Amino acid sequence: MKITFPHLGNVYIACKGFLEELGHEVVTPPICSRKTLEIGSKYSPEMMCMPFKIFIGNYIESIEKGADTILITGSCGPCRFGLYPIIQADILKRLGYDVDIIVFDAIGEGIDKLKTNVNKILNSKSSQEIYRSSKLALSLIRKTDDLSQLSNEVRAYALNKIDVDKIMNNYYLNIEQTHGAEELLKLIKNTEIDLREVPIDKNINPLKIGIIGEIYTIIEPFANLEIEKKLGDLNVLVEKSLTPTIWLEHHVLSYPFGSKHENMKHKLAEQYLKNPVGGHGRETVGSAIYYKSRGFDGVIQILPLNCMPEIVAKSILKTVEKDEDFPIMTLVVDEMTGEAGYLTRLEAFIDLINKRREKCIG
Amino acid sequence: MTKTIGIPRAMYFYEFYPVWEAYFKSLGFEILLSPKTNKDILNAGILACVDEACLPVKIFHGHVVFLKDKVDYIFIPRIIGLHKREYNCPKHLGLSDMIKSSIDGLPEIIDPIINLRNKNGVKIAVKDMKNELKLNYSQKELYKNAIREQEKYKKNLLKTDISLKKDEKSSNLLILGHPYNVYDEFINMNILEKLKDEDLNLFFAEDIPEKDYREYSSQFIKRIFWTQGRKLIGSSYYLIDNELIDGIMYLSAFGCGLDSMLVYLVEKKCIEKNIPMIVLTLDEQTGEAGFVTRIDAFLDMMEWRKKDENNLSTFR
Repeated sequence: MKITFPHLGNVYIACKGFLEELGHEVVTPPICSRKTLEIGSKYSPEMMCMPFKIFIGNYIESIEKGADTILITGSCGPCRFGLYPIIQADILKRLGYDVDIIVFDAIGEGIDKLKTNVNKILNSKSSQEIYRSSKLALSLIRKTDDLSQLSNEVRAYALNKIDVDKIMNNYYLNIEQTHGAEELLKLIKNTEIDLREVPIDKNINPLKIGIIGEIYTIIEPFANLEIEKKLGDLNVLVEKSLTPTIWLEHHVLSYPFGSKHENMKHKLAEQYLKNPVGGHGRETVGSAIYYKSRGFDGVIQILPLNCMPEIVAKSILKTVEKDEDFPIMTLVVDEMTGEAGYLTRLEAFIDLINKRREKCIG
Repeated sequence: MTKTIGIPRAMYFYEFYPVWEAYFKSLGFEILLSPKTNKDILNAGILACVDEACLPVKIFHGHVVFLKDKVDYIFIPRIIGLHKREYNCPKHLGLSDMIKSSIDGLPEIIDPIINLRNKNGVKIAVKDMKNELKLNYSQKELYKNAIREQEKYKKNLLKTDISLKKDEKSSNLLILGHPYNVYDEFINMNILEKLKDEDLNLFFAEDIPEKDYREYSSQFIKRIFWTQGRKLIGSSYYLIDNELIDGIMYLSAFGCGLDSMLVYLVEKKCIEKNIPMIVLTLDEQTGEAGFVTRIDAFLDMMEWRKKDENNLSTFR
């Protein structure tokens, strides 16, 4: 059984570490690229949202590298993500790929199905072994998230942005050569030390911008055209409203109550949006208000074209923007997004916020 | 003084109007229904709504704009789910909140949560209504009466047995799509009127009993969690598997998230069983002439298939 999984930002690092600790052979899909998206768009239904298309591209690229089992998490509505497996399985079958798709659904969907799926993955290891690997995986997810946040922070203050790029590129290159969680943790630690040594200008008072919106487009750098890096190069301190750690804490570790942080966002959103609308629509509205209360200078909402929950959120953010006097920009991404136009919009937004700040101070 | 309640003629109007009408009438309200969708309503909707939304949502905004200065309340229920463990489209879930943020100068919006995923869904909705309308008496009985009206309406829809509907000589065409696309004459440019003159037996998703479409829509590796989706998938699979139809016409609004999946699944079945299918995408830019040409071509093709099925040249 050679396992693969679709990309979601840095999750592949933890996922690879976890599965290798359990003794599986893992085929990590190649980092998402233009080619991945092209393959995906070719075989997916036209009106489907972008994450679906990138997933298909990931699968096909890893199947060609030898994978025969695909691992994904499920959901049960109302966003269409929950129905991805039905259509993806059919597309792969039609293309003649013989693969097994393992979907991890919530407990409500049938405990037996979940049990068999979990057993397949756990590879009949002892409970001690499983506990150890899960703990390692968890710390890997946390550490990778912390590291990317650290790189964002350093980039905003760095004298030469290229220093940060060099360290991070090196880090991503080295990941492919490591095996198992222990080595990965060591690599992360070394990278962190390097990042802390980058010369910075402490006198800069960078703009603070929150990234909100649909989870996949926030986390996957290819989908958002590396927005963190682009903003960092413009001396902006970026924070993402959703990271794999936040997701895990909300949906798995504090199941079924949800984490404090996310529940607080639900409460903030309540006066605008009373009930959940699927995906992370309610969290998007809550995060905008949350970042305002933390003194951020603005937020950017990113959504894939056609994303249903985020369209609801977008129409509500208009009111939030007015009520809170808080700049919010929406960027819609799909397979046609051009990098130059995207960068221009970012620069214009940053210019506007800079002007706003000067006005407030002066 | 009797108060007026406005009901937009869009979205769930096409499925639930009987129950709403009976309920509000028994409460002593006057009902103002917005007119059939027209150009002005569409334009008002496009102006008010976010650009990314689909056409039915924009039109819904237009209907609310029409009603807002003429009534005391507007009724926009939050229909979260209509069946156990099933949802509606996310845009339905947040529709009343979208309206509140997009349109200024609204009268009071009555938006009870209707969540039949929950056992006590109806009870909660009725209680919600009581609070929102500030009624000081229980209206449980009235609600029950209203539900009876709805049942009657549903039965009427199912009265004609589909096997009786079949006229041997003409082709059977299934019109698929969300009710607000199929029955809104403006969105689909009066397609039903156009098809009436043709020699066709028209079938709709509403013709299939609930039991059957639920059975036929539960054959996937994952449960379909949209009530509307199950209806469309189940009814088309039922008709195809029982060889009751010769073609499918799918009316889909541009940007519909549900349809992006449902069209694929129906298409898949059609390819398997060799049934012709046409997908007509509707949006505010659709031109009528091109639309008619495509329908004509499709109908001709269906007819020729029937007529010339065994007369193909062996020389290919």
